[in-house]
Amino acid sequence: MKSIRWIKKDLKVNFLNIKNIATIISIVALITSIFFIFFKNLNFGIDFKGGTLIEIKKDRDLTISSIRSQLSDLGLGDIQIQTFGSADVVLIRIENSSDLISNADMNSINTIKTNLESKIEIQRTEIVGPKVSSELVQKGLIAIIVAIILMLFYIWIRFEWQFSIGAIIALIHDIIITIGIFSFFQIEFNLSIIAALLTIIGYSMNDTVVVYDRIRENLRKYKSLEIYQLINQSLNETMSRTVLTSFTTLLALFSLYFLGGEVLKGFTLAMIIGVFIGTYSSIFIASQIILYLNVKRDWSKN
Amino acid sequence: MLYFSITKKLILFIFCLILGLLALPNFVNNDALPSFLPKNTLNLGLDLKGGSYLLLEVDTETIKKEKSEILLDDIRSVLRKNRIKYTGLKITKSGVRVSIIDEEQINTAKNLINSINQVNPNNFLTQNVSELNIESSGSTFDISFTNDALRSKYRSAVNQSIEIVRRRIDGLGVTEPSIQRQGNNRILLEVPGLDDPARLKDLLGQTAKLNFRMVDTSISISDALRGKIPPRSEILYDKDAIPWLVNKKILVSGERLADAQAGFDQMTNTPVVNFRFDVTGGKSFARATSDNVGKPFAIILDNQVISAPTIRQPILGGSGQIEGGFTVESANDLAVLLRAGALPAPLNILEERTIGPGLGADSINSGTIATIIGMILVLIFIFISYGRFGIYANIALSLNLIFIIGILSLLQATLTLPGIAGIVLTIGMAVDANVIIFERIREEYDSGKTPFSAVEAGYNRALRTILDANITTLIASLILIFLGTGPVKGFAVTLSIGVITSFFTAFLITRVIIANWLVKRKPGELPI
Repeated sequence: MKSIRWIKKDLKVNFLNIKNIATIISIVALITSIFFIFFKNLNFGIDFKGGTLIEIKKDRDLTISSIRSQLSDLGLGDIQIQTFGSADVVLIRIENSSDLISNADMNSINTIKTNLESKIEIQRTEIVGPKVSSELVQKGLIAIIVAIILMLFYIWIRFEWQFSIGAIIALIHDIIITIGIFSFFQIEFNLSIIAALLTIIGYSMNDTVVVYDRIRENLRKYKSLEIYQLINQSLNETMSRTVLTSFTTLLALFSLYFLGGEVLKGFTLAMIIGVFIGTYSSIFIASQIILYLNVKRDWSKN
Repeated sequence: MLYFSITKKLILFIFCLILGLLALPNFVNNDALPSFLPKNTLNLGLDLKGGSYLLLEVDTETIKKEKSEILLDDIRSVLRKNRIKYTGLKITKSGVRVSIIDEEQINTAKNLINSINQVNPNNFLTQNVSELNIESSGSTFDISFTNDALRSKYRSAVNQSIEIVRRRIDGLGVTEPSIQRQGNNRILLEVPGLDDPARLKDLLGQTAKLNFRMVDTSISISDALRGKIPPRSEILYDKDAIPWLVNKKILVSGERLADAQAGFDQMTNTPVVNFRFDVTGGKSFARATSDNVGKPFAIILDNQVISAPTIRQPILGGSGQIEGGFTVESANDLAVLLRAGALPAPLNILEERTIGPGLGADSINSGTIATIIGMILVLIFIFISYGRFGIYANIALSLNLIFIIGILSLLQATLTLPGIAGIVLTIGMAVDANVIIFERIREEYDSGKTPFSAVEAGYNRALRTILDANITTLIASLILIFLGTGPVKGFAVTLSIGVITSFFTAFLITRVIIANWLVKRKPGELPI
């Protein structure tokens, strides 16, 4: 049985050679992301904005525009209608009308039902009141912040503080750019995206830790090797693993993206973006930072 | 690190067998299994099996207002009884305010109001805790409830609401509803298999305060509508928006109901609700109907007139019939509501999610397909990359999937659609541990070690890296378990289990298999 080495045995790529280009790319990406997040905002789903979402399966002869015209006469407020996955599945979003889930929100479902009756089948309804949606925003933010702090703390305990700073910068870099991409393409941002962001945090950290682990090992092994070369060597040594793991993870994610159904698409997309950015950042950003932070070389003194 | 005793291998084998048996009920018909084997299958979430999820909030403002009204009555009666002149008695935002007119009576009034404070011990726990804050400035008293008192009132209202919600849901005849308290004043309701939440919301949307009152016939309804409402009466409407002038005084309230059943009227064969009062209620009803033969009375539910029949003869048996133009279903629902009793306060719906069973089944299908295809792709890729070692890693990976299913079945943790995503993701990431190990073995082998010591060194060196890397993923997913809700939590649960099982399979199972092969074959070179 033969095995294939995707990355050749004695890889000697000077990754740090393009560190300045990587830095510029990352800074531009970060600034663009922040710009978009602030000025174009995020396309929040009803989890975070509150409102009503109805997924219906419709007859072929019922067109979206006829649904729209029938519903716009009902005075339900701002209504968004779009297809979801297949042409026969339609998502209807209605903005929240008041503080609590009011009768209007409840009635909108009934109204839609009676108006379009026999031509549709309601598959899913979600109503989120503003009280809950603002709590979900808060919880989501707390989860991400707590995750970052715990990661910082964990790396700080297991490594030196320099590593911890490098890892956190890479992490924040990954999250901001992922959110930026969501803002740029106006992909719906809902609860499952928060789950994806947390998983990206875990994944990006995982990738960074493997590289750092090797840097630390080499720091002890090659006491006199220059740090620049040492980091490069560590990156080369772990490259095969980085590529393989990213690839298998992407295999699973793409299978999920194309076959896992419409509901999971946003989540999977976020994860796919995150895996790319996370892999990039652990090679080009997290390791680069170690270069500047003056890590301890002589481990005989404590 | 590469020699395993027979005992160790046996223990490992038994362990794998147990986890495998835990997963088994998901793949074969339950009846086909011998009785000593576990029977638990995966516990599917509402998004996969369909059903309704409702987050309800007990309207505490109403409770506060009601308690304030009682307090106001208490204050009024105690002041009147003692002939203390007062003015401006009213309900404020935090309680009740009253001003004493005669300055000489201020001290007496203070003592009297204080006495209300002490005659209200709810139970032995609150006996010595004062329920009221009494503040006075000059002749004006501001009486409000203490935070502790309010909290205990809210708590009991929520508990009572949960009980009543449970009784109402049971009346719907659905299977395995879950009703949980959440936070201070919230109730989380999950009803599997219910795809039309409208009826459920109808049932929960009513406080179901029933009472019987006399219709006020002293003036005509049109006069009343013009504003000449007698002080002891009020105008209420029925479901067709027809106004009725009814007494404020309640003859008998719904609390006195002993039973209510839907049925059919013997004469007209239309759906009705038959009810029976308890002894006290029966007596009051008998007295009221005897005194008012020939006059109409109103049956009122949540301030809506259901019907207003005329009393033809005294009703002495304590039971009666409500005719309100019901359908079979609405008669049934009203009977359920009356049997379950009134809610202490209205329930506000904060969040509602309903998934139809069809969509849930679709999700299961696409989730399963994505898992299988993702799995096959990864298996092929790993085989191509590592040859013989790849097969070993693939055995571990397949076992990993079975273990996750087994543990989820054992814990009866809820598997949601994002949970399936967690499993697929784990498949992709679980290989990581093996990849780290195999890459390390390659390096060690390349540096000139013998196959045996290369494998041994590979495992030794990789251990720390894998631990560090997996703990970071575990931290992220544990945070999600604690902070996430519903489906997202399901994702975190499968991811956490996956991280742990993948560590276990990579570090024990592949190692035992590889070690076995090395010891048996003593290969001259490593096929890696």
